[in-house]
Amino acid sequence: MHIFANPARFLSIARPATPWLFWTGLVVLLAGCACGLFLTPADYLQGDSVRILYVHVPAAWLGMGGWSGIAIAAIMQMVWRHPLAAIAGRAIAVPGALFTAICLASGSIWGRPTWGTWWEWDGRMTSMLVLLFLYIGYIALARASAASGQSGGVSRVTAIFALVGAVNLPIINRSVVWWNSLHQGPSITMRGSTIDMAILWPLGLTLLGFTFWFAAIVLMRMRAILAETKVEARMQRMARDAAVGERVPA
Amino acid sequence: MNHWPFIIAAYGVTIAGVLGLSVVSWRAMRSAEARADAMKRDR
Repeated sequence: MHIFANPARFLSIARPATPWLFWTGLVVLLAGCACGLFLTPADYLQGDSVRILYVHVPAAWLGMGGWSGIAIAAIMQMVWRHPLAAIAGRAIAVPGALFTAICLASGSIWGRPTWGTWWEWDGRMTSMLVLLFLYIGYIALARASAASGQSGGVSRVTAIFALVGAVNLPIINRSVVWWNSLHQGPSITMRGSTIDMAILWPLGLTLLGFTFWFAAIVLMRMRAILAETKVEARMQRMARDAAVGERVPA
Repeated sequence: MNHWPFIIAAYGVTIAGVLGLSVVSWRAMRSAEARADAMKRDR
């Protein structure tokens, strides 16, 4: 990771990687969605609504994966003072919040035909909603610290908030085991899947496609923050030079 | 119950959200990098 500590080196990799990730992600995603919508059979119990799985599950994983990335960036910022870690944390926050919101929305839409309700205050849905609020809090803190001159990064308080918020991740993961829930139990674990392969296989494609898109959005946002930081630093230098010039007697 | 309106709504929300954020992020990146390049040229 320290190899990317130099922004110029990071940009030399990020510039070609951004369009590649975006377009590859789009192709893989379209293929996965098409297969999930038209090639897989309907579930014997849930019927066609099971097809929502192909967008809901990647959104949930990326919502949680995004916060994991923010927490790792916070550790790198505080322990190694990695110059790009805080910028990466800021860049991940908005797409992470978006995927969490998509997970909640698609889950709610899926719940109506399957459970007969749009929403239930159970462990899984409530802890996922808490994750969305954590993202909103992080975005607000990161913006405030960027406005107070953290040169594109986030303050120490924001990084600590990210680490404290990571406590919610195992709660989300174990919520369907710890509490009674309308939500099904863990169906994809390290030991395998309880979902039949006839339904499961397009999930790999949509997961890969969404992950590529997530990465492309994060790179775009990091590049934007780096460019804005460069402009800001240059303007501050110009203002300082102008102030010094005014003080020098003619 | 016909499930397809729910499926279309779930996919619609997802694609609109991700595509919208991609466009916003791309435009922000392009304008920020253009400003940085213009400043470098003016130096």
